[in-house]
Amino acid sequence: MRLSTRKLLDRSFTGVGLFSILLMGLALLFILGPIFSKGVGALVFRQTVEHRRFLLDKLQRGSPKNLADEVRQVQEARQPVYADIAALDDKITSGPRAERRQYRQYQEPLNELKKLVRELLGPLPGESVPLITTEQYGQTRWDRAEKKAQQILFIEEYDYSDPTKMGVRILKPRVEQFRGTPVEPLFDYLNQHLEEMLRPRWTFYAGFLFDMPFDSYMLGGIWPSILGTFYLTLGAMLLAAPLGIVAAVYFVEYGDENFLSSQLFSLIPRGKSTPESSDSLRDRAFKIAVQAERNMVSMLRICVSTLAGVPSIVFGLFGLAFLIQTIHLSETKSVLAGSATLALLILPTIIRASEEAIRSVPHSYREAAVGLGAGKWRTIWTVILPAALPGILTGTIISMGRAAGETAPIIFTAAVSLGTPLSPLQALSQPTPALPWSIYVLSTEHAALDQIRHVQYGMVFVLILLVLGLNFTAILLRARIARKLRG
Amino acid sequence: MQATLEQPIAMQAPVSYRVDASSATSVRSESTGKAVIAAENFFIYYGTHAAVREVTIQIPPGKVTAIIGPSGCGKSTFLRAINRMNDLIPSCHTAGLLSLDGVDIYAPRLDVVSLRQRVGMVFQKPNPFPKSIFDNIAYGPRLFGVRNRRVLQEIVEKSLRRAALWDEVKDRLDANALGFSGGQQQRLCIARALAVNPEVLLMDEPASALDPRSTARIEDLIGELRGAYTIVIVTHNMQQAARVSDHTAFFYEGELVEFGATRKLFTKPEKKATEDYITGRFG
Repeated sequence: MRLSTRKLLDRSFTGVGLFSILLMGLALLFILGPIFSKGVGALVFRQTVEHRRFLLDKLQRGSPKNLADEVRQVQEARQPVYADIAALDDKITSGPRAERRQYRQYQEPLNELKKLVRELLGPLPGESVPLITTEQYGQTRWDRAEKKAQQILFIEEYDYSDPTKMGVRILKPRVEQFRGTPVEPLFDYLNQHLEEMLRPRWTFYAGFLFDMPFDSYMLGGIWPSILGTFYLTLGAMLLAAPLGIVAAVYFVEYGDENFLSSQLFSLIPRGKSTPESSDSLRDRAFKIAVQAERNMVSMLRICVSTLAGVPSIVFGLFGLAFLIQTIHLSETKSVLAGSATLALLILPTIIRASEEAIRSVPHSYREAAVGLGAGKWRTIWTVILPAALPGILTGTIISMGRAAGETAPIIFTAAVSLGTPLSPLQALSQPTPALPWSIYVLSTEHAALDQIRHVQYGMVFVLILLVLGLNFTAILLRARIARKLRG
Repeated sequence: MQATLEQPIAMQAPVSYRVDASSATSVRSESTGKAVIAAENFFIYYGTHAAVREVTIQIPPGKVTAIIGPSGCGKSTFLRAINRMNDLIPSCHTAGLLSLDGVDIYAPRLDVVSLRQRVGMVFQKPNPFPKSIFDNIAYGPRLFGVRNRRVLQEIVEKSLRRAALWDEVKDRLDANALGFSGGQQQRLCIARALAVNPEVLLMDEPASALDPRSTARIEDLIGELRGAYTIVIVTHNMQQAARVSDHTAFFYEGELVEFGATRKLFTKPEKKATEDYITGRFG
């Protein structure tokens, strides 16, 4: 091949490599960008006075005196709105008969308006306090409040007159329904004085992470889900890491050396007292045992590989069928059962990573330890495992990230949509909400999907931060320990 | 031909091994004794291939014995058999007798751990653990149950002094051993082997991975340890064998061809093969 051709090939190869890296980076940005920007919105947003009221009432946060002042001011600003509504209400219900008949047509639009105003500002004056927490307050977030105000100002309609096209959205000013009534000025006033009525203020709401949810995530935070994910991940790691590491040690240090059969046959004396024939019988038996052990080890290896390829939903079903219904690890779904299922899921990864790490420990370390008189176990414990630690830790932490994000295995074994934060003891027997499952529920099955977009994004954001954080920890730990080992 | 051989032997003058008499005796008094290694009709097999055949040798105690021979002649295999390092290789097994002070090394009931405590080993490539200097030296004593920090400190200092490394590392005992030079690492490995107070020290080409300067230091060290330990050293370097050893064994194709006093073997070899090898006709 000519030099120029080789150079061209080389350059195009580099180019393709660069291009694919760039493409991957862009895709990552494309995915993570919106999640981060919108997810942050769950924590940092403009809170309205309604949010402050909620915090004080339900969570005793904030100063009652300041809030009382504020509430007085917003009530003043809201007064004209309430007055207009009351005036029309009055005309419909308690005016002279002729007037009542004339205004009856406004009953329905007024009810609609009252409902929207309630949603925006909270219960109207004189109404009893609603039972549902969400209805006790108006819009707590300024972005939602602005949307709600738009709904008050305009009626959204779709024009389906042209059958060949999708419905065309039309915004009709709601004020037209109320021409000539006392409510007519309300709309202009609302449009201009919305800020004074809600007093939005930038805030960092850390409670999104650490508060209980109210009314299925309409208000409050996502603490039970975060705690549940924490328990599940930690439990999975506590169960899987020791098992995985021990299995890896067996595969590398014992599996290839006929450990079991050697141990077994060392119990049978070879002594001179036994006749010649029985010794050869012993040798033959030993050979069979060695072969059996080899077959077993390669079977085990195949099993581990297969386990790594099993779809996660199958693990979930296994957890339900075996852990819960057969051996009754817990009577219902529980964190324990979920952790055990996740542990099974990440076990192959941990075994593989640990195996690699242990295999890559230089043989000279083994020789040095054995040469000094260390037995097999001491060699493994004092030399090989410490030297393999960076690799083992990396594998373990990365599989923790995997366990934190898995949904399918916990559907049947651990996750519920709503629940309280559990104590570690309760975790043995009770189910918990967990981030991946809550994300699914909130984005598909929630009654008011579009009102809790910020919670959906916030949860995804927290989950991704959690997983990225774990991976980052793995990288740091690995670098640290590797530096220490390198000297 | 003889003249070229005179050179290395001349270098073996006592000048290069001027051992401080007092320190030598103190070392000697601590060592529990100098063990005799004896092989009788000893075979080592890898699977069915005999790597060492029919070796009969008696390695004198308290002396430095060099094993020379071309690559693949079984000299390392034989050396490793003395503290049963070959146990790490599953297909390896032995026949015949190899004994330490009259005790069969391959007896089924033998405690391998205490054997390896009596017979220390230094490997071709320096192989300190990725731990601190202190932990490296203390590894052996800890294995045998020494827990007291003060005792360990004493052992570490004594071992490092014996390995002529103390002055270089005394301020950096907590530093990772892998941060030191190859020569220092190899002396550290020697100190580590000495820390369990062995009677025999096996060295498998201890200087082959080192530069000439470090090699010289290792050789000096061997000279200093002479008398206190039974030292068996495998080397490719015939000058080195001539410089450091009292006795030399020549292995060829798995068999012991000739064994005798170094001076005699290098000047008046009895066997033709030995002469051919040391004069550089092959190998």
